[in-house]
Amino acid sequence: MRARAIGRMVAWRLLFAVPLLLIVTAVMFALAKVSPFDPVRQYLGDRASLTSSEVVEQIRRNWGLDRPVLEQYLTWLGNLLRGELGDSRSLHRPVAEIIGERLGWTLLMVGLALVLMLVAGLVVGTLAAWRENSWLDRAISGGALANEAAPVFWFALIVISVFAVRLGWFPAGGLTDPAATSITPGDVAHHLVLPCLVLAVSQSSWLVLFARESVLGVLREDFVVGARARGLRERTVLVRHALRSALLPYITLIGVRMPELVTGAILVETVFSWPGVASVSVEAALAVDFPLLAAVTLLGTLAVLLGNLVADVCHVLADPRTVADA
Amino acid sequence: MKRPLIALLTVLGLTATACGGTDPSRPRNTDDTVVVSVGNAVETLNPILGFGADGGSMMFDGLVTRDDDLEPVPALASALPTTSADGKTVTFTLRPGVKFHDGTPLTSADVVFTYTEVLDEKNNSPIRGDFAAIDKVEASDPATVVFTLKYPYAPLVQRTTLGIVPKNMDKNTFGTRPVGTGPFRFESWTPGDKLALTANPDHWGGAPAIKRLVVAFAADDNVRATRMAAGEFDAVVLPPKLAASFRGKDGLTVYDVPSADYRGVMFPLERPVTGDPAVRRALNLAVDRKAMTDGILAGTGKPAFGPIAPGTKWHADSVTGPAAADRAGAAKILDAAGWTAGSGGLRAKDGVPAKFTLMYPAGDSLRKELALAVGSDARKVGIEVDVVGLDWDAIEGRMDKDALLMAWGSPYDPDYINYNLFHSSLAGQGFFNPGRLRDPEVDRLLAQGRESVDQAVRKQAYDALQQRIQDRQVWLYLLFLDHVYVVRGKWSGIAPAVEAHEHAIGGLFRDIHKWRPTP
Repeated sequence: MRARAIGRMVAWRLLFAVPLLLIVTAVMFALAKVSPFDPVRQYLGDRASLTSSEVVEQIRRNWGLDRPVLEQYLTWLGNLLRGELGDSRSLHRPVAEIIGERLGWTLLMVGLALVLMLVAGLVVGTLAAWRENSWLDRAISGGALANEAAPVFWFALIVISVFAVRLGWFPAGGLTDPAATSITPGDVAHHLVLPCLVLAVSQSSWLVLFARESVLGVLREDFVVGARARGLRERTVLVRHALRSALLPYITLIGVRMPELVTGAILVETVFSWPGVASVSVEAALAVDFPLLAAVTLLGTLAVLLGNLVADVCHVLADPRTVADA
Repeated sequence: MKRPLIALLTVLGLTATACGGTDPSRPRNTDDTVVVSVGNAVETLNPILGFGADGGSMMFDGLVTRDDDLEPVPALASALPTTSADGKTVTFTLRPGVKFHDGTPLTSADVVFTYTEVLDEKNNSPIRGDFAAIDKVEASDPATVVFTLKYPYAPLVQRTTLGIVPKNMDKNTFGTRPVGTGPFRFESWTPGDKLALTANPDHWGGAPAIKRLVVAFAADDNVRATRMAAGEFDAVVLPPKLAASFRGKDGLTVYDVPSADYRGVMFPLERPVTGDPAVRRALNLAVDRKAMTDGILAGTGKPAFGPIAPGTKWHADSVTGPAAADRAGAAKILDAAGWTAGSGGLRAKDGVPAKFTLMYPAGDSLRKELALAVGSDARKVGIEVDVVGLDWDAIEGRMDKDALLMAWGSPYDPDYINYNLFHSSLAGQGFFNPGRLRDPEVDRLLAQGRESVDQAVRKQAYDALQQRIQDRQVWLYLLFLDHVYVVRGKWSGIAPAVEAHEHAIGGLFRDIHKWRPTP
């Protein structure tokens, strides 16, 4: 019964995702069209001013840019449905290949950051709740609010200036050392520390504050009072009783925070020259590289939708009282 | 967003360096890897799409290459080509025994394939226009390639520095895993980050002394300077002001390489103010080129008076002028032409104020500084200049109305760029002849220079052309930049030669396979 309800929810959500993705691509296409930047000039780069108009017009024709806007969009959509993402105009390579080689690095960094921020958010938030109104609580809550207010790129630069430039503990960017020939796990791990840390910390404020509130709320509930009255150890009360119930709304929050995580990844990858899909979206946008931009944006939208869906499914599974609702 | 952030970082970085972090003059890495860093990341490694078309592609060879004086010398060809008397048939014979990195022997079919692919409209090659003179390329036997031209085109030989690719290439992967005949073999490429190459011990010209070469791309000048100071790079191209801190350091050499890379003001000639030769002549006298090279370029550069760089054999020695400003002379020209000073010192003629707009591409700080300098020099002689920074797309639509601070210049052949910039048949086509010069004499000289097979006739034509451009003051030429490089360690074989405006990974590094460490 429950499984069927969840199945129905997933199906509905996926069905709903189709028009949403269509709208996202249409809006993106329209924006690319009204953008004052000329994709052919971006493609030619330095050579733009050395290239005759005849060649420029030929490239425009080859790309179908001289066709009506609606026709261009439908052509692109048709290709997408056949699984063809086309060629990136700024990087001169198939979009699928670019995403293929970069997606892994993004998933590695964002995945690790996600785990880190969930665990750290929960632990730190619970600590603050446990010592409510102490100096520890004030420091944590205050720090979280300040962190939420600080822009990610600013925080990233501060971290670089301290840990990479001043102390020299970690590299300031890139995936491997400039002179390295092959990609070794140790080298990548060394380069991964700062971006991962920055992304996790910058996105964790809400989680910390939410975990704190949630645990505080639960600590006042009857069953916690009852547990304490039975003389259970404070740690048992906190971890086994309070934290467990506080975990539920926390799961939902992750889904809500997905869009923020995606934009955070874009900024972090850009500042740390991390060769992932998020940083390439910035390059694609600057170059009006529609095929690449469209594919990356679709990927981002999918990440948000899937994140929400997974969070909701988890919530339904974890809390029997929830009704699986499309 | 990115720039100020990186600037902030660099300030922090340089402070850290200054506080005794690293020693900029520390010796080179002892291993065999040399790391050079450039600003412009390459977007493809495929010569068909324009990679290293003017040489400096490291992994590829053209039919010809250039010697230290920029003269073409045979590379994959066994000798310079023979050109028919009408200049329309050019025949190359290939060097025997050359092999691609995968072991396939080079034949004329590969050469034909390379040029046919560039010329194929479907391939969207950005350099197709450079080879517009070619009608067809054919292989008459495995060692002979015949170019048939639509019209006589003397610069063709200089164009054949284009790297030759194997005809059995896989088009989908070639741009990321190229195979050439060049002195270095492809090892790996992280787009936007670095390109790693290994020496090709079987190269027809001998094995390079550098066993492994990494080209690191770092777009921000400050980042390149910081990483050079930290010892991450062995050689780097830098703007003059950033290179200054490396001068006189033990173990480091700073090369100021002259270039054909000029900055100048393009005038819309069909407009009332900029269309008046007197105004242009006055501006030519009013600008203080010496102050610009000393101040803005930190002394690394030369005043410019024409489109062809001194130091190349095509430069006409008669095209020169005083580097310092001559305001009295400028005022005299303006007075004589009827541009009289009114209230506030601004001149006017028949009710038309001496006023024009000067555009520069926003984000290019050098052109911005130069545009502002031109504006302030012009004001001193009573000409008002509105200086505006715009995006290229906005600039393109306004080039017939407003002046523009432009950058061009190639040392290889005077036909390059100048034909496009000054021939009346191209007036107003995109960035070609943007000022709409229509001068039959200029057209005649350009055609003569392009088509003649006699070098002496060509030289005469281009000398006359430079004089004509200066007499009419078609552009206001300001200065030629020096390209500044910092190199760690002692090397022989570094051959600085006049460089082009766009030099990607060419420039000083174009012959890096000839560099040899010296004790």
